[in-house]
Amino acid sequence: MTKPFLSIENLTQTYPDGQGGTMTVFENATFGVEKGEFVCILGHSGCGKSTIMNILAGLAEPTSGVVVMDGREVSGPSLDRGVVFQNYSLLPWLSTLKNVSFGVAARHPEWSKAEVLEHSRKYLAMVGLEGDVIHRKPSQLSGGMRQRVSIARAFANHPKLLLLDEPFGALDALTRGTIQDELLKIWGDSGQTVFMITHDIDEAILLADRILLMTNGPFARVAESVEITIPRPRNRTAIVEHPNYYAIRNHLVQFLGKRSKELAGQASDGATQSPETVRIDLTDAADEPTPEPRLRAVNT
Amino acid sequence: MPSLSLNQRALLLSVVMLVVGLLAWEAAIPAQKAVGELTEYERLTGGGVPKAGVPPPSQVIAKAWQELSNPFYDAGPNDKGIGIQIGYSIYRVLSGYLMAAVVAIPLGFLIGMSPVAYKALNPFIQVLRPISPLAWMPLALFIIQDSEASAIFVIFICSIWPMLINTAFGVAGVRQDWVNVARTHELGHLKTAFTVILPAAAPTIVTGMRISIGIAWLVIVAAEMLVGGTGIGYYVWNEWNNLDLTSVIFSILMIGVVGMMLDAAFASLQRAVAYAE
Repeated sequence: MTKPFLSIENLTQTYPDGQGGTMTVFENATFGVEKGEFVCILGHSGCGKSTIMNILAGLAEPTSGVVVMDGREVSGPSLDRGVVFQNYSLLPWLSTLKNVSFGVAARHPEWSKAEVLEHSRKYLAMVGLEGDVIHRKPSQLSGGMRQRVSIARAFANHPKLLLLDEPFGALDALTRGTIQDELLKIWGDSGQTVFMITHDIDEAILLADRILLMTNGPFARVAESVEITIPRPRNRTAIVEHPNYYAIRNHLVQFLGKRSKELAGQASDGATQSPETVRIDLTDAADEPTPEPRLRAVNT
Repeated sequence: MPSLSLNQRALLLSVVMLVVGLLAWEAAIPAQKAVGELTEYERLTGGGVPKAGVPPPSQVIAKAWQELSNPFYDAGPNDKGIGIQIGYSIYRVLSGYLMAAVVAIPLGFLIGMSPVAYKALNPFIQVLRPISPLAWMPLALFIIQDSEASAIFVIFICSIWPMLINTAFGVAGVRQDWVNVARTHELGHLKTAFTVILPAAAPTIVTGMRISIGIAWLVIVAAEMLVGGTGIGYYVWNEWNNLDLTSVIFSILMIGVVGMMLDAAFASLQRAVAYAE
């Protein structure tokens, strides 16, 4: 079997529990992400999503296990893995343009200053930031604009893997929708591999090729990998009409509402924990029997 | 007065308080009898010699005018213009202060970056910090054998602590998110220090520098009273020995004005490095 582009192998994270023992966040987590794929990871708070993200980014070391990207083991942070943090993480003493250009200059030390600025402006324009706005400090921007800057900074560097840590968590629903659309567009043009944490089921369905579902911690695991069988390009108003939309959505809601608890807290006894692939496709009836009938989900 | 802005009203109130205060001071000083009004007995017992007393503000203002119109005259060791005396004091403060900054800011960076260095150096800092800078004076005089350099050393030792502690505190408190941004952009240690940690900690560092310059200016007056020779502290003490209270009051005011200007310089530096999150 060939290895996927990004391969997470037997990743385990434990912390001392303060009473001399250890607390296992997740154990032997194993999954892969293909090149160009957009993968979302869904799970309740405290299940270790952010820990996985930090390990992928190289900002944290797992207790055991390895992450292999493009044939090389990940150790330490790198420009090959761009991160968009939940709280934007812009440097408040730099202007919007400088916040992007310092990253571009770090990526391309051989470029002239003009080239760096030109490239930065181009990516800021892609997320709709042009004109005087790019000379403002982050404190003078709205939350949505700040996150746009952060996205522009990440995309401008063409990382091999883009990590998004709940990028829209702090935004209001309308702004979130706009930026999701922008993200889809900029991602569609770039073909970037994206790994994203989110709490929002609809957001995950709109954006992802595949959704990884995590059970609750401790001993959390990536239990399922749900394929999103809705063709692209997707559009937030059109996808809800798609026959698969509610079937997938219900499956996700059921998992997060019920099964994530039922599956929680089981030690792996050293076994590799790979997610089980779930494919829900009602458009082709011959493909698979319809999953058990579900109630219409109540929005959580 | 609805037409006046807040600042205008405050200014007006300040002026009124100044004028009322000066008038009250002027009125509180008893006038000395003119020589002509004295009896012969009073004149024989020295009653005609001007008595030392707290001068009225009018005399202080006249003295200030006289001194400030020729601040840089030099008529021997005990008679130099106020400008020269203040110049000496500022020179000593700045030399000691800059040496302290050169030591304290890099050391504070190290302490802030390394929890081990912080824990290792903390007991020394805690013991050395509360020592009155003047307590170092005898030791400094003995070791350095030069009163001028000893005064500078005293300024050095008193300026170092607020800068050291604030730098360490500011550097240790830099948000991990910003450090992570530097790490994910593969910035080297030196680049991270200068492009992320220094600007992030700059407001705290400059606050420490501002506290230090204030303390240094407080201490230089006392230090110069001890070492003598030149400087505004020596000037105050010398005029006290001359029982010239007009000059004493004038120089006290000058100490305040210079201290205010030093503080204002650092306040503007503080505004320059400040950022809003």
